[in-house]
Amino acid sequence: MSFSIIGKPLPKVDAVARVTGQAIYADDMLPPRTLHCRILRSPHPHARILSIDTSAARRIPGVVAVITGADLPIKFGILPVTQDERALEHEKVRYVGDPIAAVAATDEEIAASACDAIAVEYEVLDPVMSIDAALATPKDERIQDYGGPNNIHKLVALEFGDVEGGFARADHVREDVFFFQGNTHLPMEQHSAIATYVDGKVTLWSSTQVVHYVHRALAKVLELPMNRIRVVGAAHGGGFGGKTDPFAHEIVVAKLAMMTGRPVKCTLTREEVFYAHRGRHPVLMWVRTGVTKDGRITAMHFKSALDGGAYGSYGVASTFYTGALQTVTYDIPAYRFEGCRVFTNKPPCGPKRGHGTPQPRFAIELHLEKIAHDLGLDPVDMKRRNFVKPMTRTVNWMRVTSCGLEECTARVMDASGFRTRKRRPGRGMGFAISSYLSGAGTAIYWNDMPHSEVQIKVDRGGVTAFCGAMDIGQGSDSVLAAIVAEELGLQPKDIRLVTADTDTTPIDLGSYSSRVTFMAGNAALEAARKMRALLVEAAAAKMGRPADSVRVGGGRFGDFSFEEASVLAEARFGTLTSAGSYTPPKIAGPYKGSGVGPSPAYSYSACVVDLDADQRTGLLHINKVWIAHDVGRAINPLLVEGQVEGSVYMGLGEALMEEQTFRKGLHKWPSMLEYKSPTFLDMPEIETFLVETNDPEGPYGAKEAGQGPLLPVIPAVSAAVFDALGVWIDEVPVTPEKIVEALRRQGKGEPPRYGPSRFPDIPYPKCIRVEPPPKELDLAAPAAI
Amino acid sequence: MLRLPRFKYLRPKTAREAARMAADLGPRAMFVAGGTDLFPKLKRRQFEVEALIGLDFLPRAIHRGEDETVVDAGVTLAAASADAQLRAGYPGYAEAAGLVSSPPLRNAGTIGGNLCVDTRCNYYDMTYEWRKAAGFCIKKDGDICLVAPSSPRCWAVSSSDTAPMAIALGALVMLAGPDDERELPVAALYRDDGIDYLAKQPAEVVTSLRLPASAGTRTAYVKLRRRGSIDFPIAGAAVALRLDGSTVTSCRIVLSAVASHPLEAAEAGEFMIGKRLDEESVRAAAEIAARPAKPLDNADLSHFWRKRMVRVVVEQALQHANDQKGGFEG
Amino acid sequence: MRNEVERPVDRHVVALQVNGERTELLLPVHKTLLEVLREDMHLTGTKHGCELGECGTCTVLVDGKPELSCLVLPIQIEGRAITTVEGLASGSELHPLQQAFAELGAAQCGYCTPGILLASKSLLESNGRPSRDEIREALAGNLCRCTGYAKILDAVQLASERMASPLPRRGEG
Repeated sequence: MSFSIIGKPLPKVDAVARVTGQAIYADDMLPPRTLHCRILRSPHPHARILSIDTSAARRIPGVVAVITGADLPIKFGILPVTQDERALEHEKVRYVGDPIAAVAATDEEIAASACDAIAVEYEVLDPVMSIDAALATPKDERIQDYGGPNNIHKLVALEFGDVEGGFARADHVREDVFFFQGNTHLPMEQHSAIATYVDGKVTLWSSTQVVHYVHRALAKVLELPMNRIRVVGAAHGGGFGGKTDPFAHEIVVAKLAMMTGRPVKCTLTREEVFYAHRGRHPVLMWVRTGVTKDGRITAMHFKSALDGGAYGSYGVASTFYTGALQTVTYDIPAYRFEGCRVFTNKPPCGPKRGHGTPQPRFAIELHLEKIAHDLGLDPVDMKRRNFVKPMTRTVNWMRVTSCGLEECTARVMDASGFRTRKRRPGRGMGFAISSYLSGAGTAIYWNDMPHSEVQIKVDRGGVTAFCGAMDIGQGSDSVLAAIVAEELGLQPKDIRLVTADTDTTPIDLGSYSSRVTFMAGNAALEAARKMRALLVEAAAAKMGRPADSVRVGGGRFGDFSFEEASVLAEARFGTLTSAGSYTPPKIAGPYKGSGVGPSPAYSYSACVVDLDADQRTGLLHINKVWIAHDVGRAINPLLVEGQVEGSVYMGLGEALMEEQTFRKGLHKWPSMLEYKSPTFLDMPEIETFLVETNDPEGPYGAKEAGQGPLLPVIPAVSAAVFDALGVWIDEVPVTPEKIVEALRRQGKGEPPRYGPSRFPDIPYPKCIRVEPPPKELDLAAPAAI
Repeated sequence: MLRLPRFKYLRPKTAREAARMAADLGPRAMFVAGGTDLFPKLKRRQFEVEALIGLDFLPRAIHRGEDETVVDAGVTLAAASADAQLRAGYPGYAEAAGLVSSPPLRNAGTIGGNLCVDTRCNYYDMTYEWRKAAGFCIKKDGDICLVAPSSPRCWAVSSSDTAPMAIALGALVMLAGPDDERELPVAALYRDDGIDYLAKQPAEVVTSLRLPASAGTRTAYVKLRRRGSIDFPIAGAAVALRLDGSTVTSCRIVLSAVASHPLEAAEAGEFMIGKRLDEESVRAAAEIAARPAKPLDNADLSHFWRKRMVRVVVEQALQHANDQKGGFEG
Repeated sequence: MRNEVERPVDRHVVALQVNGERTELLLPVHKTLLEVLREDMHLTGTKHGCELGECGTCTVLVDGKPELSCLVLPIQIEGRAITTVEGLASGSELHPLQQAFAELGAAQCGYCTPGILLASKSLLESNGRPSRDEIREALAGNLCRCTGYAKILDAVQLASERMASPLPRRGEG
């Protein structure tokens, strides 16, 4: 199959707007009479609100409106099962930064001063700041009034296949405990939203990743029908998962616009972005694996405990994700997963790039390295022996179709010279693999709508594609344009795009779970092929030839230019519109909780990290990273490389320095200075390989690229530290102080590691036993199970 | 976005006039040169002032004389780090200036400003709202030190990169007061107190830095921080030494970011005198130098590790100094 | 903090030279250049990520050198030449750096891009053919969370090659 656009490294369709400063981000909007909103936030990690007195704030000249939770009492939340947030809380605060009141004023400095003038009386409660504390009986009261016992939010226990039999069959069984510290997205753009209220209709422009979910939350809390609300995605300054929930400030500006009749804008300060959070959960993990003496896995038991922060957010899904994808990289014949999420008095955790899977990926990869070490096997060989095979079904019912693990591994092995690496003191190399979803197989709320829809309009020779998907900088608009252009024989710049606007675009579930290329791409492909058929039919009729003789390409349909063909088709069919949609196949397994993990396709990655580790100081210098990523097909290799390199960057940040930690109930460092994010000088060269496995269901065979390549980087760093110094750092981030401590223990003859020593007792329920599916995947069989 | 509080901006034409304005206004006014330390702290309401006195008039030249090199206080850190004279004569000083924060900040920040940079603490360098939530600390609005609650003093950390090097070089600062000018050894500019960390009068303006002739003096500054840029030092060592053949004839070692003032490791410097500069002596000197360093849990990474790292940066600084040629020949 | 908005506002007429155009504005003296560019001059190409000098996003050029507009008062730079991202292109023709950033995918979300473009411009004016390490040093004050910096390094190198070469750029002649 030859393409004219697909596979070409073309610039993004909005590249010029982004390099000239002309793209309009939410905070760039400043319509006349705009009021500026600031939000008063809790100074206590856990407290009951006894009273809120806003009278002094209202008296400040320039203050136009002040609202509190009593004005917005309806609860919302991203998941239907955890509607536990209020835009402003008037009864109880659950973390430092929980929103309490909001002010709209003529200037931001007045709004800030007015917030400071609001008097709130609290009854301070004992804060719960750790997983252990959350598992214990609370001193005062629970953080949320659901879940339990104590501050447990969610418990999960699933068992697939004969786990005990698998362990009994094993020649070697090993247990390890790992900890992955929480971290945050740190988008360069601080969240921002601006709302107007005109003709009885709210319009909100926001730096969100999902206009549809914000739309739903606004309708619920504002008690307006959805047709009275319009949500538009402004030019986006980075999300990484952090702008996937509906947020308090989005609801607050809409309410204030309704009250004042004026545009109201709220842009979070950097510190508030740390409180909005929804980032990587801190996860404590225990894993036990049985292997044969040649390293074949016979059974695995994995336990996770997630520190969820104060609210649900995506947490139930995150909990399942810590257990779902272990089987998608390694063939595990029997698998038990027990997961637990607790509430603590910290900003809520949620989805960050890799959502719930980087933590277990870190644990599993290092755990297998240790097993190989125990058995005297080469870890790469041993992992390879256990790779999943394409076209199979895993023990927990995940459907694996295309799978480029072998090729990815071969690429990074060859390029890095891993096998023949020169040994010198302090130098090490580490290898790891990963897999990630190309879009979640189920929506976050139950509905039968397609996950993505695309409409195409052709009129006066111009093509417009409409889609609800939000381009957050990853280039999803460019992917849509490329697909439509390919099918219509045009160039991407010929395609006008209207995206992420709930008034004008059909539904798309937004930019999360790496779903847009796969799902909106398939919808665009369907719509474009239908449009192409109309144009071909009209051109063929005029030419008096059969449709299959009309050549499409280079801006022509047979004997006609695209413009001529579109006029012919418009004359023949009337208004030219076409639509396509994508609904993922129903492939989830027959058990409760099976909705998290299935995806129409999985991407695969392999990574090698080369570093120097200083024996004395524990300081690491990353020399180079090799990464190979099975993207199915690169619709635009330039953009795919950008996603892969950005993932490596974020993975290195998490591996080496990024951590969201707390002290005395407060975020320890809510600033860009103290929350360490790698600079130009901290990034090594990256060598990227794109592997194309041509997925049977992806558009042109494409799969995801934005999240999977982050995952192997983190364990590869820790494996490289072991290779260099002989110590295991079983905790992320891998900081010099931890390395020095592990070396001290090594020197004293203690186990040469740094990491958690124990996993707490958690009252997991009895495992739900699930019969594994047949391993062979027959694509011809009915999809629904 | 975070915004500055309201203030008046005064524009004196001379240092004397600036000092008089400051004397008149007392604690209600502060000087501003590059603003790279002042403006963030104003935005976080760590400083509260009614007026800023602009030091934009300060000259920005570097004068090489027979006995000394005079660097005007208005010279930017970028200019100082790139200056050929300073790089040749005082490589450690140019290096230190080039390691402050990040390139755009070095284009605004001045060498005078870096000498006077406020002490830092991660309980103090926080927004008003954060500090209010934590309970205000003794350095601003509160009455206890949150790092060491039983201590009567403030333990904020001296975080200047250039001051330790200036002290090691035996440099002087020129100060312009309301009525007169005076000079002061840079070492005497600091007090061991997180709050009153400067020994100059509040109304005195730093007008220049005088670096003594450097012929034969080898200098080096080693800075430890988490990232390659942007970060303040979490440990640092400045070394200025002279050799006769391979024997050390003079040696000053000054540490950054381990106390509320640049901490001179005098004993370690004296230890080196008369010794050959080799691995053994360097290691021993670093051991001595690290002893008085007492990092606390108020900066990046653990204080145990930072304490351990003091030895390393001192060793590296001594080695780097040894690897260099002495300043201007002749 | 509480009563600070009751203080009078000190206003000055400030003459600013932005992208070659001179403008006189009556400004509250405590408004930073960042705020004035975005809110008073509607030059919203200059972005902001922390307003504390920690991220580099709001970088503009002052007399050709990168400075952070969040930490500069207009009154401090009267008469000096300010360049923002809006001043990079010549008419509708992109600056070679902009062209290279667009072609090579060096701007993903694009939010850090204006600051990085300006810091790069300053670098290329003093060092026409910088090495990758020299580019890293020059851009070390500008954080980006999307790209991993790789494509930015490529783009600055490509622009420097094109600017150094007498050959016409693609799309010309």
